[in-house]
Amino acid sequence: MSNVSIHDVHKHYDDFHAVKGVSLEIKDKEFVVLVGPSGCGKTTTLRMVAGLESITEGNILIGNTVVNDLPPMDRDIAMVFQNYALYPHMSVYDNMAFGLKMRKFAKPEIDRRVKDAADILGIQDHLHRKPRQLSGGQRQRVALGRAIVRNPQVFLFDEPLSNLDAKLRVQMRVELKKLHQRLATTSIYVTHDQVEAMTLGDRVVVMKDGLIQQMGEPLDLYDTPATKYVAGFIGSPAMNFAEVTISGSVDTLVAENAGLRIAVPPRFAKRLASYAGKVVTLGIRPEDLHMADGSHPTDLTFAAVVEVAEQLGSEILLDVKAGPNTFVASVGPRVKAKPGETVKLAMNPERIHFFDAQTELAI
Amino acid sequence: MIEGAAWRRWVYFRVPLGIFLIFLLFPFYWMVITTFRPDSELYIAWQRPNYAPFWTWKPTLAHIKYLFDETAFATWLWNTMFISLCSTFISLFCGVLAGYALSRLNFPFAGSLGTAIFVTYLVPQTLLFIPLSEIIRNYRLGDTPWALILTYPTFLIPFCTWLMMGYFKAIPKELEECARIDGASRWKAMFYIIIPVAVPGILSAGIFAFTLSWNEFIYALVFLSSPEQKTVPVGVVSELIRGDVFFWGALMAGALLGSIPVAIAYSFFVEHYVSGLTGSVKG
Repeated sequence: MSNVSIHDVHKHYDDFHAVKGVSLEIKDKEFVVLVGPSGCGKTTTLRMVAGLESITEGNILIGNTVVNDLPPMDRDIAMVFQNYALYPHMSVYDNMAFGLKMRKFAKPEIDRRVKDAADILGIQDHLHRKPRQLSGGQRQRVALGRAIVRNPQVFLFDEPLSNLDAKLRVQMRVELKKLHQRLATTSIYVTHDQVEAMTLGDRVVVMKDGLIQQMGEPLDLYDTPATKYVAGFIGSPAMNFAEVTISGSVDTLVAENAGLRIAVPPRFAKRLASYAGKVVTLGIRPEDLHMADGSHPTDLTFAAVVEVAEQLGSEILLDVKAGPNTFVASVGPRVKAKPGETVKLAMNPERIHFFDAQTELAI
Repeated sequence: MIEGAAWRRWVYFRVPLGIFLIFLLFPFYWMVITTFRPDSELYIAWQRPNYAPFWTWKPTLAHIKYLFDETAFATWLWNTMFISLCSTFISLFCGVLAGYALSRLNFPFAGSLGTAIFVTYLVPQTLLFIPLSEIIRNYRLGDTPWALILTYPTFLIPFCTWLMMGYFKAIPKELEECARIDGASRWKAMFYIIIPVAVPGILSAGIFAFTLSWNEFIYALVFLSSPEQKTVPVGVVSELIRGDVFFWGALMAGALLGSIPVAIAYSFFVEHYVSGLTGSVKG
C-alpha cells in the first residue's frame, strides 16, 4: 500500500507562513494534482512530502509510516523536476541507473530495468548520449525514466511540463496519463496550469495562500466550485462574474444590477432569501451563455453590446458589455454578431453560481 | 564582432588588438631574445654600428647552461614546484569544502562568514608577513618549504573558497536534491554529482592558486634564506643580482624557464578554465 496522508501540515520560513494547515488523503494508485498560482504553497507541500523541506508542524505519512524525519533517500519516492535536473556529466543510461547503483542493485538487474524504462519512454536509441545532446522533450523523458526505474511507492512531479513548448506539452501530458494508467503508481503532481490539472488528475486540489480552497474530481470542481477563486481558476475562458443585488421575496427573487435583471432560479431561493437587499457575486461560464431565441424564458435573458468577436472555428467567443458588466460568451460558430451590435443573451438556469461577496464562498 | 566594411574591422578591431598584443607580449619577447643573446652582444653601447637590439645572429645556450651549472636553479625549480603543488592542493581541498558549505548548507551566519573569509583575502601580504614570520619562527619552520606551504594557503584558501562558492551557487540545487531522492547521502551527492559538475571551477581555482604560489615573492623572500631552499622568483633575483651587477642573460633565462610551467598549465586546461570563469552549467 502506498497511500500518502498529509495531516494539518504547516511550513514557516522565518516570518513567512507558506503552508497554513494542509490536510490531504491520497489513496493508493491515485493521481492527485495540486494546482494554484505561484506562491500558493503547492510546491512547498510537495517538497515536504519529498523530504527536501522540513515540516514545521503536522505529519506526513507514506504507506503507514510517519516520514517527517526520514531523509529523502529513505522515503522510497521519485521526483521529476521542472528543469529536469539531469546529471550533466553522465550519459542517459547512467542518469537512469544512478538511483539503482546508489541502492546497490545488481548490474544485470540495473541493466534490465533501465532498458525496460527506455523502451516504455522510447529513448532506447539515446542511452549513450549526454543530456546536453538531447531535446527538451527527450530530456523530460529521461527524467521520467530515472523516476520509473526505481519503481518507487510515490511519484512526485514538480511542474514537469512547464519548460516544454506548447505542442510538446500537450503530447507529454497524454504520455504522462498513459504512463500512470500503465504503472498505476500513486502520484502527486504540482502545476499552475488548470488544463493539466483537469486532464491529469483523478482528483484536483486547488490551493491559494497556503490553504486548500477545494479538492475533488475535476468535473466536481468545474460544476460546483466551492469558492469564487476556484470558479475563476478552473475552466478556460474563465467564468464571468457580476456584482448583483438581490431583491424581492422568496418566490420572486431577482438578481440585478445596472445592465442585467435575472430571475433567481428556484433552487437558490431558500439560500438567497437572507441576502435580500445585499450584494452577491453572480457567476456564469462562457459556454452557459447562449444567443437568446424564443425558447428561452425572458427572465433569464439580457441585452448586451458586442465589443469583440473571436472566431475560433469550433466556436465564437463574444466579448460583450451589458451596462457595467463585461462577459465572455461562447456561442456557436455560425452565429452572426458584429462588433457594436446589440445581442440578446440567455443564461442556462442550471449553471448559474452565486458567491457571497465578502467570504467569496459559494451560496 | 564588428559588422560592416573591412576598414571598420581594421580600425576598430584589428589594429587596436594588434597594439594591445604587442604591448603585452613585448616583455616576453625581450626575455626570450636576451636569454639567447651572447654576453658580447648584451653589454655593448647602443650607439655602436650594427647594433640590433631586437634580434641576434649568434644565439647561445650559455646563459641557460650557466643557470644550471653555476647556480642551484634546478633545485629552485623543484622547490617551487613542490611548494606550489602542496599549497595548491591544501587550498583546493579546503576551498572546495568551504565553498560547498557556504553556498549549500543553510547554517547560521553563513553569509557573514563568507564575507569574513573574503576580508582576510584583502589584508595585504606586505603587512601579513610580519606576524606570520613571528609564527614561523616560533614553530621553527623558517628556511624549510613548510614555511611557504603553510603560509600560502592564508591567501589561497579565501580565494579558492570564493571562487568555488560562486561556482557551486551556479549549479542548480535540483541536481543535488534529485540525487538525494535517488538514494545518495549528502556526501555521496557531493562526490558523485556536485564535484564532477564543478570540475571546470575546481580547475580554474587550482590553476589560479598554482600560479599565485608559483609567482609569490615576498613570503619566499622573508621566510627562506639558504640558497638551496629558495624558489625560482627569489633565487633568480637574489643570486643573479649581485650588488649592482645584473647577470642579464642568466636572469632572463631564469625568468623564461620559470614561466614555462605556468604557461603549460594554462594552455593545458584553457578550455575548462574559461568555462570555469564564465560559469554556466547546462542541465
